[in-house]
Amino acid sequence: MTNSIAELEDAACIFIIGSNTTEAHPLVANRILRAKQKGAKLIVADPRKIHIAEFADIHLSHRLGSDVALINGIMHVILAEGWEAKDYIASRTEGFEALERVVRGYTPEKVSGITGVPAEQIRAVAEAYARSASSSIVYAMGITQHTTGVDNVKSLANLAMLCGRIGVECGGVNPLRGQNNVQGACDMGALPNVLPGYQKVTDEAARKKFEQAWGVALPSEVGLTVMKMMNGLHAGSVRALYVMGENPAMSDPNSHHVREALSRAELLVVQDITLTETTEYAHAVLPGVSFAEKDGTFTNTERRVQRVRKGIEPVGDSREDGWILCELSRRLGHAMELEPASELMDEIAGLTPSYGGMRYDRLEAFGLQWPCPDAEHPGTKYLHKDKFARGRGLFHAIEYQPPAEACDDEYPMQLTTGRSFVHFHTGTMTRRSPSLDEEQKDPFVQMHPEDAEAHGISPPGQVKVITRRGSISLEAKLSARIPKGMLFIPFHFAEAAANLLTIDALDPIAGIPEYKVCAARVERE
Amino acid sequence: MRYETIPTTCSYCGCGCEVLLQVLDGELIGVLPSKASPINEGSLCIKGWNLHEFVVSERRLRKPMLRKGGSLVETSWEEALDEVAGRLAKIKSESGPDSIAALSSAKCTNEENYLMQRFVRAAIGTNNVDHCARL
Ligand code: SF4
Repeated sequence: MTNSIAELEDAACIFIIGSNTTEAHPLVANRILRAKQKGAKLIVADPRKIHIAEFADIHLSHRLGSDVALINGIMHVILAEGWEAKDYIASRTEGFEALERVVRGYTPEKVSGITGVPAEQIRAVAEAYARSASSSIVYAMGITQHTTGVDNVKSLANLAMLCGRIGVECGGVNPLRGQNNVQGACDMGALPNVLPGYQKVTDEAARKKFEQAWGVALPSEVGLTVMKMMNGLHAGSVRALYVMGENPAMSDPNSHHVREALSRAELLVVQDITLTETTEYAHAVLPGVSFAEKDGTFTNTERRVQRVRKGIEPVGDSREDGWILCELSRRLGHAMELEPASELMDEIAGLTPSYGGMRYDRLEAFGLQWPCPDAEHPGTKYLHKDKFARGRGLFHAIEYQPPAEACDDEYPMQLTTGRSFVHFHTGTMTRRSPSLDEEQKDPFVQMHPEDAEAHGISPPGQVKVITRRGSISLEAKLSARIPKGMLFIPFHFAEAAANLLTIDALDPIAGIPEYKVCAARVERE
Repeated sequence: MRYETIPTTCSYCGCGCEVLLQVLDGELIGVLPSKASPINEGSLCIKGWNLHEFVVSERRLRKPMLRKGGSLVETSWEEALDEVAGRLAKIKSESGPDSIAALSSAKCTNEENYLMQRFVRAAIGTNNVDHCARL
């Protein structure tokens, strides 16, 4: 998030797009509802009438994957009405002319044709967003999990800059991170192209610094992303895969392809706290521990680095994940000392500029938000205050592109996937929690009653959902909250794994798979 | 009887609510929301309230395992670590470090992610490290 969770409460207008906030990020949703109570305008753009849409002043039910067109349409209205932040654009941004040229083509009427949203609603959203005292954008995987994911994110940044909403209190473009420490895993360089603190592996000076600290020469070529690792296993160029605390057999799109890849690994090592769909293919399984059995830090979605504290001893003969890594590293000839977590953080701080001032004694009470470059720095509530990280904010002129897989006679419906409020990710934790399991035991597909009727489905009925990748059987739940022609399946359930159906078409830049839309059909069982 | 509450951070979603682990005689028996936390201010969602349950699940792994004759068999740490390290070293020497890849974890701590990427880059010698950020 560019801004902080607490700031949402005082925003005058909140625009949620591609985030099922009350179900996936309940405590952020709380703030948004409080803002609403204080009189904020709430706009929710989501094809489904998700729970938080009930509280919205305007709910836009745009077609799956039509986000760029929608946002361009909103910007078209803002420019046509002269509501843009002219001084801000002139003093803090560049690339405005190119944006203006593209956006000119996206009249509300044309955009209405692409998105299915009435032109009047597009105008109303433009007015609310541009003319409120402060406006904050909140988004999640509904924006990023598309072949146009990067385009979608850039479009939101365009909209925010156009109205001078970045680098100000209660504004910003605020991605909600799905997992507790996605932010931290990225910050720490668990990515193929960057070392900790987003220092590029191709940057010689950065590499030198780490080479000196670690006493070893480092590779300078960008490595493989998850999907490329899977392709490498298929092709035989990757022989061994080490997986710590993830479940790619369930979480990755087009699971048949992934499972085939995993079964081809000559060596698959899985470090986890329970058996998972992925350990079925493992040659070695190393039991790590849960968050309750170790010291460390997580970095939340608002960049706040917070303490994780050990409450109990490791279960059975499981061991701290850090200990396992150090033992293996030593055996491979690179000694990493397993220092107390606080000293490890000192090492990280010394090598990672944005974490430079992170020290355990400073994190005691509710942590610190990065960037926090030195021991005196109080942390950063919102980013890009007086200037952008890169100097001037760059507008990107972006044309709308349809999703990778179009509907046809054979697969006439659109399938999307996501979360439910009870469960988490692939269910390896929540479905092993008796209370949560009790709350929601079985997989289901949500569909519109009229679609069900057309297929002769009357619940509680089992149906089969089929795509070009595979098919699964599950219960149909009818709801008018979902538009006609669309299906929704939560991806938590191994016995009807949504990712057997999803397409592995990727965003060309970020490599994010298009979980949020593919073509499907439904049949009565 | 010894009862303690230990403040820590919820391990489910990216909100990062602060919770208090309730520990009775070394056993985790429940969690409570932290009132003072600037994020959750005394609230938790359904996942947070039940956060302790997966920790103490029967299904937690208790011993390392190696696949022998088709099935996973419990073994000692010494044997498991030697076996994994030995096979990684062999593959590295035969096909080079880029024939090895690793997935780190958005569930693990910063310190563990740091160690994982250091292990992959410094001990194995490849940048083939990623995690499921996109998922
Ligand atoms: S309690 Fe709920 S909202 Fe808070 S971090 Fe945990 S899962 Fe997220």
